[in-house]
Amino acid sequence: MTDETTNPIRDAIQTAIDDHEVILFMKGTPDSPACGFSARTVGALQALGAPFAAVDILPDPRIREELSAISEWPTIPQLFVNGKLVGGADIVTEMYEPGELAQELGVDAPEAPAEAPAAEAPSPAPMGIENRLG
Amino acid sequence: MPNAQELKQRIEDAIPGASADVEDLTGGGDHFRAVVVSEAFAGHSRLDQHRMVYDVFGEEVGGPIHALSITTQTGREP
Repeated sequence: MTDETTNPIRDAIQTAIDDHEVILFMKGTPDSPACGFSARTVGALQALGAPFAAVDILPDPRIREELSAISEWPTIPQLFVNGKLVGGADIVTEMYEPGELAQELGVDAPEAPAEAPAAEAPSPAPMGIENRLG
Repeated sequence: MPNAQELKQRIEDAIPGASADVEDLTGGGDHFRAVVVSEAFAGHSRLDQHRMVYDVFGEEVGGPIHALSITTQTGREP
């Protein structure tokens, strides 16, 4: 790692943010979140039925370092919509209740959520970042 | 090891006019929730309000402070 002029991990993260309308950087996967905050954020997105890409930051600590450098946000999860950081678990949860999150995501606000978010399997998330490291 | 009282003090010292309630969520000194009220948040996006609180602790967030859950309010909102 002596080449300081290129940063393939940061580039891959930026590309992933640019290429996906809604992308969540999280600990673990939507099916198996590795942290309560990530689980809560996934739950909010799934409750709205919003399609989203997800990247597990755990496999390589550099993903988190570079992500935080890009976003100027120190914690995980981080939700990006249209290339912009929306926030972490607290903000996403705060936005969920008044229907603000649905608006941000361009989906219908939940009417009266009769039951907890269904645990249906989300579509497989593009995991481009890891793949490009090889 | 950080404690809730210390975090509260540091937030209140760093953010003008801030009043903070900090709770140690697990008792383990690493997962905290902070509710911070300050007029200094006025005119800032929610994202920036949270950043102002994170900035009090810099690199400690993600380090010794594993998790810091934040709620910010400007003045006396409900």
